[in-house]
Amino acid sequence: MAVKKFVVGCFDDEAVLFPAVKKVRSAGYKIHDVYTPFPVHGLDHAMGLRETSLHTAGFIYGITGTTTALSFMSWVFTTDWPMNIGGKPHFPLPAFIPITFELTVLFSAVGMVLTFCYLCQLAPFVKKHVFHPRQSDDLFVMAIELTDKTRPEEVKAFLDSVGAKEIHEQTVEAGWWLGRFDKEDKLFSQPVQPLNA
Amino acid sequence: MKDQFVVPARLRTTSFVLLGIGLLTLLIGLFAFSGEHGSTRFWAGILQNSTYFLLLVLASTFFIGATTLAHGGWQIGFRRVPEAISMAVPVLGAILLVVLGFLIFGGKGHIYHWIHPEGDKVLEFKSPFLNKGFVSIASVITVGAWTALTLKIRKMSLAEDTWTMSPDAGKRLLWRNTVWCAVFIVVFALSVGSTTPWLWLMSIDAHWFSTMYSWYTFASTFVSGMSLIALFVIYLKGQGYLQNVNDEHLHDLGKFMFAFSIFWTYLWFSQYMLIWYANMPEETVYFQPRVWGPFRPTFFLNLIINFICPLLILMKRSTKRNYTSVGFMAGLIIFGHWLDFFQMVMPGTVKELHFPWYELGLGLGFVGLIIWITANQLAKAPLTPKNHPYLKESIVHHT
Repeated sequence: MAVKKFVVGCFDDEAVLFPAVKKVRSAGYKIHDVYTPFPVHGLDHAMGLRETSLHTAGFIYGITGTTTALSFMSWVFTTDWPMNIGGKPHFPLPAFIPITFELTVLFSAVGMVLTFCYLCQLAPFVKKHVFHPRQSDDLFVMAIELTDKTRPEEVKAFLDSVGAKEIHEQTVEAGWWLGRFDKEDKLFSQPVQPLNA
Repeated sequence: MKDQFVVPARLRTTSFVLLGIGLLTLLIGLFAFSGEHGSTRFWAGILQNSTYFLLLVLASTFFIGATTLAHGGWQIGFRRVPEAISMAVPVLGAILLVVLGFLIFGGKGHIYHWIHPEGDKVLEFKSPFLNKGFVSIASVITVGAWTALTLKIRKMSLAEDTWTMSPDAGKRLLWRNTVWCAVFIVVFALSVGSTTPWLWLMSIDAHWFSTMYSWYTFASTFVSGMSLIALFVIYLKGQGYLQNVNDEHLHDLGKFMFAFSIFWTYLWFSQYMLIWYANMPEETVYFQPRVWGPFRPTFFLNLIINFICPLLILMKRSTKRNYTSVGFMAGLIIFGHWLDFFQMVMPGTVKELHFPWYELGLGLGFVGLIIWITANQLAKAPLTPKNHPYLKESIVHHT
């Protein structure tokens, strides 16, 4: 994964963040991502992200589950091992419906979780760079990727003008990697002073 | 901003034409279905339509009550629409009470067999519950309570327009709404959620019983009630009103229609599958004429319209945000659940499947009546409840 340069601006108010996102976009800077402590409605539209295709994937997984359940059960009970259960016909559709429903839900749920993890590049033991430790606490963190045409000072000044409270520059791997955070981030590697020492 | 609805002449004409069709059908039916056997169809059609449309408009009050108790803010922008629809409850309730009076005390048609339980062990056993006195008193009380609470909620909402607002006044307004809506929800749960469908509809097949029946009826009326609200919202948007309402609100109405179609199917199937599985004669007797008898076509048509179509069409996000597709589905769902009530009433009364021109004609009459009442009520007050504390939440609403 390539190492990239970022200018990170931190905002402490949603109401400042939204106009800032719009101004940064119209100024032509490339927003890598905006990290927020909670889901912010409409931020995806403001950032110009495309509609997710996760639900289409979910539909396809669901259809797969439906087909799997129905075809497997009908094959078992009509061809492979027909059984007389309470005098019901060998193809008892109403009795199949709950299992079909459950398998549809199971396939689409598990499939969508895995797809979501893939799309967000999440997996066990995979680490992603944290631009600011308070991005999961109380700060809205906007990371702007620097290209060879943008100068960091200019971006910093611009972020300052749109209301960022804290601005700094980072050189990081933007993707995902296997490994540990403490090597990358010095946040928790400070020696802890015991109380009453 | 256009906020005061003026009933367009075309809408008024449409409602009068529909009402005229209904009355004409009633008149034709009176002559066409005379005699011992014919009058059953005459009264069954009236019973089906009056119960369905009463519960349909009552779903609007339920919607107001449920969203108020949940402290929902998104619906405030079009809250006057369900309020206006719910003002049909007193009229349709009165019609239903008259019909029930004819059926129970006038001995019209052969609808309710429990009127004469003599010699029938099952009906004699049920007679402490299913008897003329209890059913009629319970019906009068429930319709009376619905009417009183619906009028109260509407009156409070209109009175709020004249208030001088302050934070304290806002709190008082929310508190009053919450209290009265809570009372309504309790009444609704005890009536539509449990006994009312047993008395009016399930007692047609008096030997049979199902514990799912009331929930299933409730799901049916709630999903069609949401569709009716969506239709009026779309109509008003088309006329240039309700400028605070946009795709986001339509999307949420579409979600309600989608979700409660699935909920209806869930209850419908739960009722069907348990009876199918246990295969006991006293329970399967209900599905005999519906699945294997003359009503087989409408049985499956019902399932296609009310489950397959909403599932496949309303699943996509873009169809829930499109005025044409939501409007089309709303109309289809209202018709589909009308057909569901047809399925509930007709096999136990008329026993044969006829082309339902008479029932459809009556249905159009009720639709005309609802349009006329709703349009007049919409015109009585500004379309935006400007003093409601949650109005802003509705304006900035984002799904």
